[in-house]
Amino acid sequence: MTKSLLRWINLGFIGGAILLALLFTILVLIITGAPPLAAFRHILLGSIGSFSDVLVAVVPLMIVTTGLLATFITGLWNIGIEGQITMGAIFTTAILRFFLNTHVSPFIVLVLAILAGMIGGGLWSSLVGLLKTYGGVNEIFGGLGMNFVATTITLWLIFGPWKRPGVASMAGTEPFPDWMSLPTIRNLRLSIWTLVIALISLFIIYIILNGTHFGLKLKAVGKNMRAAFLLGIPTVRLILLSFIICGALGGLAGALQVTAVYHRLIPSISSGYGYMGLMVAMLINLRAVWIIPIALFFAALNIGSIQLPIMLQLDSSLAGVLQGALVLFVLMMDGLRQRLMRRS
Amino acid sequence: MDLSSIITGLAGVLAAAAPVIFAVIGETFAERSGVINLSVNGTILLSAMASFAITVTTNNIFLGFISGMFIGALVALVVAFASISLKQSQVAVGFVLTLMCRDLAYFLGNPYMGLSGERVSSMPIPLLSRIPLLGPLLFTQDLLTYLSFILIIIAWIWIFKTYAGLMLQGVGERPAAAFVRGANVNRLRYLYTILGGALVGLAGPTYSLSVKAGWKGSISGLDGIGWIALAITIFGGWNPLRAAFGAYLFTLLQWLGLILQSRLPDIPSQILQVAPFPLMILTLLLVNIGNTEWVNRMLASLPESFRRIIARILRSLRASSPASLGVPFEQE
Repeated sequence: MTKSLLRWINLGFIGGAILLALLFTILVLIITGAPPLAAFRHILLGSIGSFSDVLVAVVPLMIVTTGLLATFITGLWNIGIEGQITMGAIFTTAILRFFLNTHVSPFIVLVLAILAGMIGGGLWSSLVGLLKTYGGVNEIFGGLGMNFVATTITLWLIFGPWKRPGVASMAGTEPFPDWMSLPTIRNLRLSIWTLVIALISLFIIYIILNGTHFGLKLKAVGKNMRAAFLLGIPTVRLILLSFIICGALGGLAGALQVTAVYHRLIPSISSGYGYMGLMVAMLINLRAVWIIPIALFFAALNIGSIQLPIMLQLDSSLAGVLQGALVLFVLMMDGLRQRLMRRS
Repeated sequence: MDLSSIITGLAGVLAAAAPVIFAVIGETFAERSGVINLSVNGTILLSAMASFAITVTTNNIFLGFISGMFIGALVALVVAFASISLKQSQVAVGFVLTLMCRDLAYFLGNPYMGLSGERVSSMPIPLLSRIPLLGPLLFTQDLLTYLSFILIIIAWIWIFKTYAGLMLQGVGERPAAAFVRGANVNRLRYLYTILGGALVGLAGPTYSLSVKAGWKGSISGLDGIGWIALAITIFGGWNPLRAAFGAYLFTLLQWLGLILQSRLPDIPSQILQVAPFPLMILTLLLVNIGNTEWVNRMLASLPESFRRIIARILRSLRASSPASLGVPFEQE
């Protein structure tokens, strides 16, 4: 078979997967007695209407997915990414609080705060890595447990040492003054700096994974850990490093949520971006450039679906249903394609 | 606290452990055959919601339970099909399903939130329930709790004392050898994954129609329980008895946490609610650390008498997974 034919077959299967995911979602809407077309229209209009909010959402999603590439390439499931985002946010908040009543230049404070966030995320993910390499605890369970621990620490801080003057609440800590935020575009919530940071991270990780010897070694570990080990590649160190890279980027996402979006620490600071990033990473299957369109699409679904409760009294979790169905059918159609290829 | 309230509390622990036991034993069956069904968390939420919704609309609690088990079996079928027939990663498929089923539960369950519905009633066993202490503890439960007691024993006998169980073990440990002995490896894997899924699906209605009756969307307090069940499956070393012990230990600790909370109001309630998770890591660490290379190397350098004691402790804690867990089998 020619190469271009294979490519068309491939595209056909992906198209089929998208169609199936849409049909599944329509079925779900019909079960609830909701008008499917109206629901899709509200999601579409909602995401166009608040496109700057879509960009606000795409930043953490892109950064997180970029980080996850580093663990996916090594064949690891960093489900602990949620906790790493949270820990990054906590470290950033700590630094901002430290400089609250000082007169240090805002630039230095923000740089320090964001770096602290990356360190926080990296430390948290290295724990998952250590549990895996030296404790024999599968990273899925280690990471998941650490997610819940990170959430607990957040809640403890918000209701304990960092509580608002007066009464502590689920609304989070006292908001930081304006000079501690990344500058936003006029009265929008979007800071252009965060977009730039997201694109730079993607670029750096792309170069590391595809253009360096280090990236090649990570790939070797992911392809066959035993063989890589026998060839003298320090697998334990590489596994830890790929966790730390991923965690640092998760922490970066958390740091930006604090400095550019919420301007304080809130209980659900990771907002599920970590789990969503895992789904995006599964869809793109290590093809880094696809992060941008897919993350944009996922973010648009999330922002657009906020209209559902307002306009149609439906729950906004429909976005998650469509995203999940999409990943599931793409995985299944890919398996089907390979099976048919083997036959013929 | 007096004796009778302790007994009532412990009886509550046994009832609250029933759904965990269903999920853990279901997952044990699936993993024994070599398939990890990672969708447990989402499956429990979806089956809890669906069985509550169906019970509310049809007024038939039995139909509710059937639908819960059906959903569990259906999700497991997707896992089995994608991993066995389509050779996709079990972890990937299971993880997507767990997220998607959760969102489906919240989306479809929206109209049923906060409604009041039927719930399973207590069914004291005549005579036995009058035995002092043991009666109120073991024999004044509902049907589901009795079922959980029986399931532990049946599952243990099935896996370790029957020919079918021997085949099940073989399929998970050495599928090629089991195949030579005439086992249809992939069909058995389908079968046990679906059976296990149905048991996981039974955990949902056990919550929404009994232990935590009702459906409250994302604040139902069920999110996370499936992950705990997966961890207990490992802690249980793929043995129903040890897994049941893990499930009881977990629910007991949750209950003690609640008591502690009322005694120490200074601790924010959120902390005690998530306390099981660090504990989960710790138990997994204890179970697994004996398998790691550096521990064995360190043990070898210890003086003989000391080494033997530590090695024995580690060995008693250690659990090794079925050798072919997550590995596809080419049956040609």
